[in-house]
Amino acid sequence: MNRINTCFEKLNSDGTKGLIAFVTAGDPSVDATSDIMHALVAGGADIIELGVPFSDPIADGEVIQRASERALSHGTSLNDVLDCVDVFRQKDSDTPVILMGYCNPFQRMGLGTLAARCDEVGADGVLVVDLPPEEAAPFKNSFEPLGIAQIFLVAPNSPEERIRKICEYASGFVYFVAVKGVTGDKQFDGNEIKDNINRTKNIAGIPVGLGFGIRSSQAAGDAAAISDGVVVGSAIVEIIEKGETVSEIVENVTHFVREIRTGINGSV
Amino acid sequence: MNTVGNDEKSGAPLPNENGYFGDYGGRFVAETLMQPLLDLEAAYKKYMSDDEFLAELDDDLTHYVGRPSPLYFAKRWSEEIGGAKIFLKREDLNHTGAHKVNNTVGQALLAKRMGKPRVIAETGAGQHGVATATIAARLGLECCVYMGEDDIKRQSTNVFRMKLLGAQVVPVTSGSRTLKDALNEALRDWVTNVDTTFYIIGTVAGPHPYPVIVRDFQSIIGRETRSQCLEQIGSLPDALVACVGGGSNAIGLFHPFINDSDVAMVGVEAGGEGVASGRHSAPLSAGIPGVLHGNRTYLMQDECGQIESTHSISAGLDYPGVGPEHSWLKDIGRAQYETVNDSEALQAFDRLTTLEGIIPALETSHALAYAEKLAAVMGQGKTIVVNLSGRGDKDIQTIATLNSITL
Repeated sequence: MNRINTCFEKLNSDGTKGLIAFVTAGDPSVDATSDIMHALVAGGADIIELGVPFSDPIADGEVIQRASERALSHGTSLNDVLDCVDVFRQKDSDTPVILMGYCNPFQRMGLGTLAARCDEVGADGVLVVDLPPEEAAPFKNSFEPLGIAQIFLVAPNSPEERIRKICEYASGFVYFVAVKGVTGDKQFDGNEIKDNINRTKNIAGIPVGLGFGIRSSQAAGDAAAISDGVVVGSAIVEIIEKGETVSEIVENVTHFVREIRTGINGSV
Repeated sequence: MNTVGNDEKSGAPLPNENGYFGDYGGRFVAETLMQPLLDLEAAYKKYMSDDEFLAELDDDLTHYVGRPSPLYFAKRWSEEIGGAKIFLKREDLNHTGAHKVNNTVGQALLAKRMGKPRVIAETGAGQHGVATATIAARLGLECCVYMGEDDIKRQSTNVFRMKLLGAQVVPVTSGSRTLKDALNEALRDWVTNVDTTFYIIGTVAGPHPYPVIVRDFQSIIGRETRSQCLEQIGSLPDALVACVGGGSNAIGLFHPFINDSDVAMVGVEAGGEGVASGRHSAPLSAGIPGVLHGNRTYLMQDECGQIESTHSISAGLDYPGVGPEHSWLKDIGRAQYETVNDSEALQAFDRLTTLEGIIPALETSHALAYAEKLAAVMGQGKTIVVNLSGRGDKDIQTIATLNSITL
């Protein structure tokens, strides 16, 4: 069984919600990435979203853009990102890892090759930000046979017919985008999106995660109250950006994720 | 008749319902932009068969833009080359000085009809930015233009024009600080302010339906050229030549001729310091297909799928992608794509200026340089139409700097 499904089943039986933590692979270095991934888990992250750096990240705000630039400045490739997962798996065989990125680097590697390598290193799912279900068939054909989940975005302005179309393709969980905007942007308004999240939950039949603009334990708690999992990205990446050494980053990341975890636990 | 512009199987006009020209195009955007794109497509279809809308567009093109633009026989320049006769489609004579306004007039009318009080645009050379700011001023729309910091420096006159017109010009400091990055930033603005904002894309790239919308609004260039040729020359031209950055002026000229198989179509990309040097902006000549800015098309990218930085003396051609319809026209062999490097473009700029008294844009100068080569090869008795896509006033500073002159 895919680690993502196992993870959400366990969260459900424990009566709690998931914490999905994002970092960009290769930031500050490829070598440090697996240490930071372990730090996320130590702080209480249930699932790791590992960002694949891209030169033109149009859905990302400034913080993650800069992380991509730092990673690319020392040549982090998709192969390097997969290697990070491989190294991470030597010490952690349970925590699900999802690759999050943009179409072009994935397609350039070749979807068949990518799927095989995900399977080999233990990457459990892929979230392609600029891939609506209309364009997703080639990805599905490569990933589904190997049991690699494909996570899709649902937006605050997605009408019911689009949610249905997205959920036909989605596996693992559905990622509900809390605000119209880019990552790390403005704070979400729970009342504004609550109905659409419930609609998505009813249609999806798989867990619904909530992300974009969730930067504090308070916001994480609010998000957990209306979803199955909370995605935190830019706030963690900012800590990495400010860190002087890898050990300092590891310590600060663990501490911050623990705070977020507390916020989530307090709300459920 | 063999209808090139239509789907092989269904016979329907391209792009297909998902925005594909063959393997190129599509809609590769985050979900938040999908419904707005579908809404835009629906509105576009509705208004393009709305007589009142079309009459307003037509009236604006006539009385505000100054259409039709002349088709001018460049006699002295042609004689100097000593080959085919070269005609210039004078898009430089449009209001604001380039072809860009044909599209901004149309899209701004759409924005108004769709009830959007704010428009945004990306710009490279600043021509699209100026054309957007101009029409926004006239229609009373708030206007914000994204422009790479490097382009702001080399096209300072256009920046000042936009500001005079009441637009906010936002410098983009990410990535290569040119057109590509301006497009990224405009897309980020759009996704954030999508309820109030209409994104006026300036070229035939971007997610579907933009490549169609921009093509259709620019196709007036080719439609006029076609009837002017029949009237002034008595036949269709033997070849069409246009510069290609994103490819809007080229598609505008080419599209109405797509089924005239005797009319050759040549798109000219920016060869920069030469394609072999790697410092160029020629994805069709030296790139491979991939996904950028919402569509699948030829791109300049490295072996890891990262978009490469481009180089061209002309800010408007400094773009690593190209409209998907061009990628398709290349693959099926209906159009051919060539490159002209910086120095060749500058020489053609000089010759047109001194022989015809027309100062062309540096972008356009690439098409002119290739037309010179083609005219010499084709020989007398043949005719070539070059899209004189814009005037060169905006480039005076660049030319002066190259000649170490302080204005």
